[in-house]
Amino acid sequence: MEKLNFQFASAPASPAADPALCGVVGSGNLEILLNAGDLPNQCVVEIKTAARGFADTWQAVIGAFAAAHPAGGTRIAINDMGATPAVVSLRLAQALAEYQGGAQ
Amino acid sequence: MIPSLASRHSWFEATARKRIAGLLDSGSFVEILPPAESSPSPHLAKLDLPGAFDDGIVIGCGQLEKQAVFIAAQEGQFIGGAVGEIHGAKLVGLLKRAAREKPAAVLLLIDSGGVRLHEANAGLIAISEIMRAVLAARAAGVPVLALIGGSCGAFGGMGIVAKLCSAILISEEGRLALSGPEVIETVAGVEEFDSKDRALVWRVTGGKHRYLMGDCAMLVEDDVSAFRVAATKFLADWQEPAPSVGLLRATQRQLENRLTAYGAYRDGLQIWAALGVKNPESVPLLDRDSLVALKEGLPT
Amino acid sequence: MNAPLPRQWDSLRQNRGRRLERAASLGLAGKNGKEIPVDRIIDLLEAVIQPGDRVCLEGNNQKQADFLSESLADCSPERINHLSMVQSVLALPSHVDLFERGLANRLDFSFSGPQGARLAKLVQEQRIEIGAIHTYLELFGRYFMDLTPNVALIAAQAADAEGNLYLGPNTEDTPAIVEATAFKGGIVIAQVNERLEKLPRVDVPADWVDFTVLAPKPNYIEPLFTRDPAQITEVQVLMAMMAIKGIYAEYGVTRLNHGIGFDTAAIELLLPTYAADLGLKGKICTHWALNPHPTLIPAIESGFVESVHCFGSEVGMDAYISARSDVFFTGADGSMRSNRAFSQTAGLYACDMFIGSTLQMDMAGNSSTATLGRITGFGGAPNMGSDPHGRRHASPAWLKAGREAYGPNAIRGRKLVVQMVETFREHMAPVFVEELDAWKLQKMMGAELPPIMIYGDDVSHIVTEEGIANLLLCRSPEEREQAIRGVAGFTPVGMARDKAMVENLRDRGIVRRPEDLGIDPRQATRDLLAARSVKDLVRWSGGLYAPPSRFRNW
Repeated sequence: MEKLNFQFASAPASPAADPALCGVVGSGNLEILLNAGDLPNQCVVEIKTAARGFADTWQAVIGAFAAAHPAGGTRIAINDMGATPAVVSLRLAQALAEYQGGAQ
Repeated sequence: MIPSLASRHSWFEATARKRIAGLLDSGSFVEILPPAESSPSPHLAKLDLPGAFDDGIVIGCGQLEKQAVFIAAQEGQFIGGAVGEIHGAKLVGLLKRAAREKPAAVLLLIDSGGVRLHEANAGLIAISEIMRAVLAARAAGVPVLALIGGSCGAFGGMGIVAKLCSAILISEEGRLALSGPEVIETVAGVEEFDSKDRALVWRVTGGKHRYLMGDCAMLVEDDVSAFRVAATKFLADWQEPAPSVGLLRATQRQLENRLTAYGAYRDGLQIWAALGVKNPESVPLLDRDSLVALKEGLPT
Repeated sequence: MNAPLPRQWDSLRQNRGRRLERAASLGLAGKNGKEIPVDRIIDLLEAVIQPGDRVCLEGNNQKQADFLSESLADCSPERINHLSMVQSVLALPSHVDLFERGLANRLDFSFSGPQGARLAKLVQEQRIEIGAIHTYLELFGRYFMDLTPNVALIAAQAADAEGNLYLGPNTEDTPAIVEATAFKGGIVIAQVNERLEKLPRVDVPADWVDFTVLAPKPNYIEPLFTRDPAQITEVQVLMAMMAIKGIYAEYGVTRLNHGIGFDTAAIELLLPTYAADLGLKGKICTHWALNPHPTLIPAIESGFVESVHCFGSEVGMDAYISARSDVFFTGADGSMRSNRAFSQTAGLYACDMFIGSTLQMDMAGNSSTATLGRITGFGGAPNMGSDPHGRRHASPAWLKAGREAYGPNAIRGRKLVVQMVETFREHMAPVFVEELDAWKLQKMMGAELPPIMIYGDDVSHIVTEEGIANLLLCRSPEEREQAIRGVAGFTPVGMARDKAMVENLRDRGIVRRPEDLGIDPRQATRDLLAARSVKDLVRWSGGLYAPPSRFRNW
């Protein structure tokens, strides 16, 4: 297991449902818990992942997410069982949508 | 498009949280020890594996057709729904609380292969504590209703737990047994049991077979709404019996007779024929309603 | 002028006569419908096959002449050796046993998926000479040129008293094999599943058949084209939505082939739902060159599909096919007729689009499923995934693609060849790479060319979870490279993109993201699938589809 920590600048999110939970820790999948955080313009992320050696990829994926979405003021905890960037991006978007109250 | 397929929400496919959301009255579910308040398994962390926030089981209270119920749903996608220390403790805590607060029922959504081997003795102890807690809740007059229909079925220790419940509602996709098919094949060889013969696996452990054998009170469509309707109906007609030695002895005799009658059989087909089913081969392909009608027409 | 030296002009016929005489002298005259007792099969094979023969063993994509294959592998290498095998697919262990036991030493084939690792090992040990890897239609063509079989070992469903054969729904490659062999003095031996007084229909006339043998058990058929909808992921649903909206709808694709995979199964299952909601019924996906995919059942039942021609059948689908004779090609007897050669021809010339998946792609768009340690070949994909220069008839899709590729005054159209793939495979292996493993494989195999499945020149579009790249609109190799990097996501190759160039390509519509197509990735859920399990497919078929045991969970 690898533990990774990141922090990205991001436009502030507007919470409606705190916390938001998304996904399941199954093979190729991940679980995301999105909480209100302390820093309004920062997205703070902690990852526990079964796949080793992909810190750069996580950085790129979450960086892209923070740049494209208003995710500031949040704390994100992730339990990952080898999800690909495609699945990670999708779950982050789903979690944020639920947090902001617009999820299905 | 076939309208029934569009509006169907498969129980088999749903996550534990989706099953709870579809089973209980809308918005009534309050989670106990939600992810934000709990932490993942220390045993898995020691083995360098990521855990799940809820350790693979969601517990809480809510309402089923306005009746107050407690509910626990295992997440089969997380390590096969297997029971670890925290997972087990959550379930035991819920059952103990139920014995005190006496809700209308505890709904136990089983989707598990049994003990979480990673957690070794802690997992085994958890299972035995669950068994005791189920019996204690029932002795306090609280029905514990098992719902089985996920990809992991109810195997190993959770298979035993299922049979200790007041009753079991099962779908065709659900399975109930003790040893897993792959384990049997590994230990006893493929001639004893071909675990890749999925049709055989379901004829021996699947919902239809268990229903015909009388292990399960109801056979339910693979649909969350169908489970809701079935659970509601079952509880409305159910009176949790007081614990009695007489009842235990009768059940024991029933099981002994069953073992004598069917012990040498190797396939559900043989048992169904012995039960009086005219065309046993047709059973796997019958839809749910036809099979229920078939069972009701069997000699008792 | 001197008279030319005398030459015998009927040596093949004479040789055939001698082989049959040898068989007859062993009491194997193939009387009563050319019947041979099953316990004399080794004697027969050793009598009619000669060292150095070219033998075609019916290893199809699905149907296998498994009894004949195992029997041949049991023959004595002293009596039969140096065989050149020509066959579509190296599917069974016994196919490889022939080489390991010293009966055969040369192979021309198309696909070897299940035996890819063993084949690679044999090549490394220099115990096999691979003539060439072909695509199916190419191999069939060579049966009539320079790879004509001396002996064909085929599988049929039934034989009658005279030796006529019924091939059944899994006709596959047999007509091509038998025609080439029977008409160049070859010997045709058929294993059959049953003997009937009267065949449902005659697929191979007795005149073309020399011997038949009743196999101890029915010939094996691999259920290759069944995909369990339960395994389709949200990412595959997203890509399917993009493909339907961004390509099928835009070009009006009515005639097509789907390469097998979960990605294309997702498209098939979105037709009755997502595509129908877009108003596309009757406008796309009406005519198919396709095996009878169970995942196509909902689209057929929903009225999307007018016609399907099949390469072979699919286990469990025969009853459904017979009940849908308006859609499938069926005989007067009611059972399906498939034909790989003709389906491949339809796929080449009569389809406006091929869409399939791959394991690796480079920056020129070349793609391959060849990976180190395995030699697998590509089956029909190189043919289906190629743009045929011989095509002359126009269609709206073909003309539109042609204008995109060659400009407004294009003198020809272009077939759409779409590669649909997630940017990462299992274990986070990137699909997009700077150099395909194919080049390393070429060195290891000592081959003349790297094993490339589909050439970048032929690819018109790439669909990933990141978007669609339209290579037709690229005007230089650099633009093509950046377009590919632009949809390669977070792979090292994708991260190395020229951001400004990719933005420019996006402005020009060469790279389109889901949002450019009006698609929100969060809409891509499994709920959109018309069927989400194998049981759903059975329901859609009204109980006519009978899935094999391995796909059941009831």
